[in-house]
Amino acid sequence: MILSKDVECLSRKDMDQLQLERLKVVVKSAYENVPFYKKKFDEIGLKPEHIVTLKDIEKIPFTTKDDLRDNYPYSLFAVPMKKIVRLHASSGTTGKPIVVGYTKNDMENWSECVARLIVAAGGHEEDIAQVVFGYGLFTGGFGLHYGLEKVGITVVPASSGNSERQIMLMQDFGSTIIVGTPSYALYLSEVAAEMGVKKGMHKLRLGLFGGEGHTPEMRAEIEKRWGILATENYGLSEIVGPGVSGECFCQCGMHINEDHFYPEIIESTSGKALGYDEKGELVLTTLTKEGIPMLRYRTKDITILNPEQCKCGRTNVRMNKVLGRTDDMLIIRGVNVFPSQIESVLVGMEHIGPHYQIIVTQKGYMDEIEVLVELIDGKILEKFSELEKVEKDIRHKLKTILQIDAKVRLVEPKSIERSMGKARRVIDMRGK
Amino acid sequence: MLVKQISVFLENKSGRLAEVTKTLGSNNIDISALSIADTTDFGILRLIVNKPELAEGILKESGFTVSCTNVVAIAVADEPGGLAAALEVLDSESIGIEYMYAFVGKTSNQALVILRVEAPEKGIEELTKNNIKVLTSEEVYKL
Repeated sequence: MILSKDVECLSRKDMDQLQLERLKVVVKSAYENVPFYKKKFDEIGLKPEHIVTLKDIEKIPFTTKDDLRDNYPYSLFAVPMKKIVRLHASSGTTGKPIVVGYTKNDMENWSECVARLIVAAGGHEEDIAQVVFGYGLFTGGFGLHYGLEKVGITVVPASSGNSERQIMLMQDFGSTIIVGTPSYALYLSEVAAEMGVKKGMHKLRLGLFGGEGHTPEMRAEIEKRWGILATENYGLSEIVGPGVSGECFCQCGMHINEDHFYPEIIESTSGKALGYDEKGELVLTTLTKEGIPMLRYRTKDITILNPEQCKCGRTNVRMNKVLGRTDDMLIIRGVNVFPSQIESVLVGMEHIGPHYQIIVTQKGYMDEIEVLVELIDGKILEKFSELEKVEKDIRHKLKTILQIDAKVRLVEPKSIERSMGKARRVIDMRGK
Repeated sequence: MLVKQISVFLENKSGRLAEVTKTLGSNNIDISALSIADTTDFGILRLIVNKPELAEGILKESGFTVSCTNVVAIAVADEPGGLAAALEVLDSESIGIEYMYAFVGKTSNQALVILRVEAPEKGIEELTKNNIKVLTSEEVYKL
């Protein structure tokens, strides 16, 4: 099934034409309504009318996560707040989150984009989908939720956590689709096994996974354990949330909703545009977004674009699963975490030194994060409870500010490796 | 009468305790008593040594997180109820004990106990008043 054949199966020529028309509109709107863009354009003498061909997009300066942070919370919005019907936020590179706003039309388009990938993966109105993404400011939960409803699927907004109850609901409600992060889906399979729930005792048949990538081995494991088809989708809050792209049932790359998002691949260091089949950083431009238009947003995700028509019949460009990051962002159980955020939490905490190390491991398939800090204050050695309080305080701060549950370990002074150049702050042992 | 005790923060990994004792040994510092309490990740080593100020300085220099506090050392009869008599004194005066540990001395028939109490001076006063033998720092450091 193809939800919107008219745009998902357009010829290259027609898609180019559609993209160009929309690009001109979004560039004009951004220039006229967002001082940030106007300033950037004016600095290099660029005018919206200079965008005549799609290739001209390369004249537009990049937008980065820092720009979103610097314009926190609303300065990049292109419409008055009364037109904004929804806000979402995700973690920025420091303590402050980045905020995105959606108009009514944006919500409509977002649901459409997500609905397309659900249908492409094989979802239909007979399905019952259990959403185990966390709801809230994170775009994952609500993004999929609205798309599922648009398809006509029965939505079970279970949200994440409470794993045994998830399995119970899954069985009792007869959920056929599970929507969440792949690592949580795997974890749930372990919980199900512990509860004695085997294949055939539930009705799951399809998984829609996002928020983090997963290796082919992990996908195979999820499919084996649950007896489902596991599909991946991709998105980021800055652009829209989930719905930028998603795999069809053929599982051979994620179809980009090109009528809404214009993809480019660049060489990360030089910013030079790369061609199809070349590995580089994905840059996305929103073609229809009213609330917060993004021009040439650097995703920092590394991937490859493939323009070939898919076996499923769709003609839109597909992107490979994300192959890496150009920055040091970690994805811990679907939550984006920057070492700098952890640092900003630690700075100013009493009793500990300025050095820290983050160790990421996997227990089963669940990510675990441990933060090592050096205890430098001998005064609190008299009471164990004070030492434990230091650990607890840091843990609590990480939890409330970054929404991550990290284990905190006090270590001796100078036991964290010092380096001359860039400190090795993160030891990621996942998949090793 | 107060005895100085050194506390050292140690990670739970092999060789750390050896490192402390080696550092003290090479500086000719004698350990009279020690106790270690630990969680899964770290421990606190408590030491009574003959040169506490020197020990504190040297361990700090070697990169350890160290503190020095006053504790009370008592000698009680090594027989049933011996320790209870001393603790009852503190209890009746509502002097709380943070922690305590016993150690072996060379004097016969007496058990030696280190007490970390909320109000050490008052503790000593009360203990002495009740005929509990409180050791002087000189006595303890010599052990």
